Amino acid sequence: MMYSKKVIENFTHPMNVGELKNPDGVGKVGNPVCGDVMEIHIKVENNRIKDIKFKTFGCASAIATSSMITQLAKGKTLDEARKITKADVAKELEGLPKLKMHCSNLAEEALNAAIDNYENKSKQSFVRHECHGCNKKCEKRK
Amino acid sequence: MPEEIIFTSGGTESNNFAIKSTAFSNREKNHIITSKVEHDCVLNSCRWLESQGFKVTYVGVDEFGAVNPLDVKKAITKKTCLVTIMHANNEVGTINNISEIGKICKENGVYFHSDACQSYTKVPIDIKEMNINLLTINSHKIHGPKGVGALFIKKGTKIKAWQSGGSHEFNLRAGTENVSGIIGFAKAVQISNKKNVEYLTKLRDYTIKKIQENINDIKLNGAIGSDRLCNNVNFSFKGIEGEGILLMLSEKRIMVSTGSACSSTSLEASHVLLAMGLKHEIAHGSIRFSFSKYNTIKEIDYLIKVLKPIIAKLRAMSPLYSSDKK
Repeated sequence: MMYSKKVIENFTHPMNVGELKNPDGVGKVGNPVCGDVMEIHIKVENNRIKDIKFKTFGCASAIATSSMITQLAKGKTLDEARKITKADVAKELEGLPKLKMHCSNLAEEALNAAIDNYENKSKQSFVRHECHGCNKKCEKRK
Repeated sequence: MPEEIIFTSGGTESNNFAIKSTAFSNREKNHIITSKVEHDCVLNSCRWLESQGFKVTYVGVDEFGAVNPLDVKKAITKKTCLVTIMHANNEVGTINNISEIGKICKENGVYFHSDACQSYTKVPIDIKEMNINLLTINSHKIHGPKGVGALFIKKGTKIKAWQSGGSHEFNLRAGTENVSGIIGFAKAVQISNKKNVEYLTKLRDYTIKKIQENINDIKLNGAIGSDRLCNNVNFSFKGIEGEGILLMLSEKRIMVSTGSACSSTSLEASHVLLAMGLKHEIAHGSIRFSFSKYNTIKEIDYLIKVLKPIIAKLRAMSPLYSSDKK
C-alpha cells in the first residue's frame, strides 16, 4: 500500500485525538466488521466548531482522514463544516490509494453525524454501516 | 528417485500444476477436497476448477487452524480424485496431521497432495510413511533464491504436463530449467540444519512469552508447542487494526505482516482467522511475526520495547478499545 507523505504524517502524528468532556455533538459511523469505526466529538460556540476530537478504529488512512477532517473543520461555522467533502479531505492528504477512498467518505459522514447530533439534539447514535463497499468479496456484504 | 522431482518456478506453480493437472488427468472423477485455510494459490486453483465443472469441498478447521482428518474422510466420495491439504499454515503456523490424512486417502484410493512450502526442512516429512502422492516445496522460504520450487510426484501418479512445450523435466514441465536457481535451492537444502529448528523454537517461545507478559488483551492465534511451526508467531491485538501496527513497526525497522502478506491489496480480514472462528474485528487486528535463523533474542527485546507503546498509542485512538473497557 503506497501512502503519500501527508497520510503517513497524519497517521504517525495525528491531530485532535481523543474525546471531549460534555461534547455538544457526537457522531459515530462505520462497522467493526469492515475494519473501521470513526467517532467525532464537537464543541460548538456561536455556531462555530470551537473544539473537535476524534477516535478511530481502522487502518492508517482511516486515522489520517480523521486527523485531517478535524483540522479542516476546527474553527469553521457549522454550514462551512458541512461543505467539507471527502474530496477535500483526500486532496489535503495529497491523495489516497483507490482502495482506501472510502475512508475519506467515513470521515465526512462522521463529521456530519456529529453536527446532526448537535442540531437535532437527537440521542447520540451509532450509524452502523451495513457495508460501505470496501470489498466486493466480503462475505458480510449483503 | 530423481525422476520424481520436477523443478518449477515456485510454490504457486507447483500447487497449480499438482491440483489442476491431477484433476484434468483423472476426468472420470470430478471431486476435489481442500481446506478453508489453504494458501490463495491452492484456493484459487480450486475455485478455477469449479468454474471448469469440478466440484470442490472446502473442509473447515478447528479454533487452532487444524484440519480434522475425519472431516476429510467424511467428505470423500466415489468421485473424489484428489485431496489437497497444506502441511503447515503460512499465517498461523499450525501443523496438520498429514500422516493421518495420507492414510485415509490411501485407504480410499484418492491422490493426496500437500503444500509443504512452510514446513519443508522445519518439520520432518516422510513421503512413504505419510502416503503422499504430490508434495509442493519451494526455495525462498529456506533462504534459497526466489523463483524456484519443486513438485514431488510419486512414481505411478496419473498426471500429465500442464505446461505445453518441450520434453524438459521428464516430459512433465516444459520450459528451460532455472539451473542457477535450482543449484541455489539444492545448496539451501544442504545447509538447512536441525539446530536451526531448535534455535527458531527458542526465539518463537521467547517472543510469545514476552508479548504475553507485556501487553494485555491479546490473543495468540494458532496452535501451541510442537503443533506450531518453529518460526511463526501470530497475535491479535484487541481494539485496533493491524495495518497501523505494521506501519509503526516498519518505521522502527521491524517488518511484519497483517494476516497474509498477499492480502496487502485487499481489505478483507484474513480468511484463515475467520475460518478459525475469530470475529472480524479481532481478525482485523492480527499481526504475523516470522523469524529466520538470522534473528536474535536481542532483536526480540527491541521488538517488545517498541511494540508496547505502539499498541498503547493505537488503542488510545480507538473508540472500540475504550468502549470495551467501560
